[in-house]
Amino acid sequence: MEPLREILQQVSGYIYPNEVELHWGLLVVVYPYVTGLVAGAFILASLVRVFNVREVQPTYRLSLLTALAYLIVAPLPLLAHLGRPERAFEIFLTPNFHSAMAMFGFVYAWYLMVVLLLEIWFDYRKDLVLWSAQETGVRRWVHRLLTLGAGDLSPRAIRFDQGAGRFITVIGIPSAFLLHGYVGFIFGSVKANPWWSSVLMPIVFLFSAIVSGIALILLLYLLSTLLRSKPVDMVCMDKLATFLFYALVVDFSLEMLDFIHRLYEAEESIHILSQLVSGRLFLSLVVLQALLGTVFPLLLLGLVSPALRSRGVVSLPDELRRLLYVAAAVLIQIGIFSTRWNVVIGGQLFSKSLRGLTVYKMQLLGLEGLFVSGFLLLLPLLLLLVLIVLLPPWPEAERHPVPTNTAI
Amino acid sequence: MEEQECRASECAQKVSEGRREFLHTCSLAAPLLLLGLRAAAVEAWATTDAPYNPREHSYGMGVDVSKCIGCGRCVEACKNENDVPREPFYFRTWVERYVIATSRETVVDSPDGGIAGFPTKPSEKGLLRTFFVPKLCNQCANPPCVQVCPVGATFATEDGVVLVDQEYCIGCRYCVQACPYGARFLDPRTHTADKCTFCYHRVVRGLLPACVEVCPTGARVFGEVQQRSSPLARFTRFNKILTLKPYLNTKPKVYYANLDEEVR
Repeated sequence: MEPLREILQQVSGYIYPNEVELHWGLLVVVYPYVTGLVAGAFILASLVRVFNVREVQPTYRLSLLTALAYLIVAPLPLLAHLGRPERAFEIFLTPNFHSAMAMFGFVYAWYLMVVLLLEIWFDYRKDLVLWSAQETGVRRWVHRLLTLGAGDLSPRAIRFDQGAGRFITVIGIPSAFLLHGYVGFIFGSVKANPWWSSVLMPIVFLFSAIVSGIALILLLYLLSTLLRSKPVDMVCMDKLATFLFYALVVDFSLEMLDFIHRLYEAEESIHILSQLVSGRLFLSLVVLQALLGTVFPLLLLGLVSPALRSRGVVSLPDELRRLLYVAAAVLIQIGIFSTRWNVVIGGQLFSKSLRGLTVYKMQLLGLEGLFVSGFLLLLPLLLLLVLIVLLPPWPEAERHPVPTNTAI
Repeated sequence: MEEQECRASECAQKVSEGRREFLHTCSLAAPLLLLGLRAAAVEAWATTDAPYNPREHSYGMGVDVSKCIGCGRCVEACKNENDVPREPFYFRTWVERYVIATSRETVVDSPDGGIAGFPTKPSEKGLLRTFFVPKLCNQCANPPCVQVCPVGATFATEDGVVLVDQEYCIGCRYCVQACPYGARFLDPRTHTADKCTFCYHRVVRGLLPACVEVCPTGARVFGEVQQRSSPLARFTRFNKILTLKPYLNTKPKVYYANLDEEVR
């Protein structure tokens, strides 16, 4: 009770007595951030598969595995924040079909089972068969198991894999939109909360997801290439930076539209929301999200990447350009995390009486604490490492020394 | 003659004494009589043999803002009756005080939910108007909390009360976020959502909610929304009624009389 008493001391104006306890904490910030990365990474992968953007081909498999690693972790922050996590399965058993949150199980299962796992399986099947034929020991058995007994490498079967992969990606794009748009809908549909209640919320979530996903893959691609001492494909990096710029332009425009719309309508909540933005959210919204996380990377990418001019507005050597891309991508990650923070925490810092502001006291320990959230942000990277060891996404792993047509 | 006069005055005195005694007895007996009648009425409702049929009822509450004196007895009674945690962060009902200055600046407070009244007096200088507003779950006919509950642990009963199944709630707190009135909290002992039930355990036995029972001024009126003869129907017939945040289309069933535009 002590943290709540401390909060009570720092309340300004009037809040309803039940609002002293802030209900959705850091874990609920992590949840949309993580699902956003899933959706973003998948949409980047679909650029290769569906829209034939050949330049970003080197990131295709890495994007799929990253999406999978983050998707596996996505429900964990939700589970950890439940008051009664042991009853979580009730969402699947007796869902309330009127509830946006109840749909989580179905959207998640659809995305994991139908989209991501299937697409990865079809994409890797040929390699799995070939790897298991060449390897020994545990890897051989793991890869053989993952083929699910489908060892046909005839041209017809390979063609089927490719066709199925493309078909699933086509389904996957609206599914990725659904996955993250749905997360935005969870917040956007709460009419009680004027900070959340906006029809733009799912769209804003979606584009910020695409931004964060591309930025993450750019970082992971560069890091993995450097760690493997391979040459960095600058054409790929430039293309990633260009798409990142485009996505950021759309994201920023939507955010600004939302902002201007609120300001222009100036509903009764405008006074308390102005206080919120100019006070308790100033650092995380104005400084981190808007300036450092959006405007600065926009300028950086606009000037350096080939988005506006084929050699960039400012032509820089590869190494420097790469460094600036990294800086932009890191800032974007900070900015998008701040966006999630500003939505989730920001939406609870003002009273629904519109008469007062409260504070959020982050805990270090405990399930809702900083350490658990930090762990949940690191966990997908560890999972990704395991997935990469299991299913190498590198181009050289696809080159098999002895081509074979034999079925196992 | 003198004797006669004397007798007449004695007689008059006796009559007057008798009348006084009678009135005195009546004044003593009246509250007892009223209590007796009330008990009989409650008893009559409570002890009907027919099993409780929720379809025959539709509950609501009226709150006359002008009658509330901010004593906080309703808050205390609610906490006692429903075992609500005593800490000042958990309330099924609370009382707000509005102090509006001539400058139109409005200051609202609710120290510990108003459970011990309002010890600090507002300055009377520059005071335009001041009043108390009891708050509670509005038992909305179109409840957003019921809509968002992912497992259906929050539900509306047939007699129009929104309840939480403590054995089923997963503690996701979506309902807390969805309630526009701040009427919900997470019980720190069960880690499940909690809120006013209109003292459902009492009303199905024909008793009044605890807050209504203890209100010394009759600021809270409980009863049937549909039946024309109920105290609530009468309350809504003789008062101009407003509900809280009607623009959200939650259709509250807590009806306020003499509500001020400053109340949200």
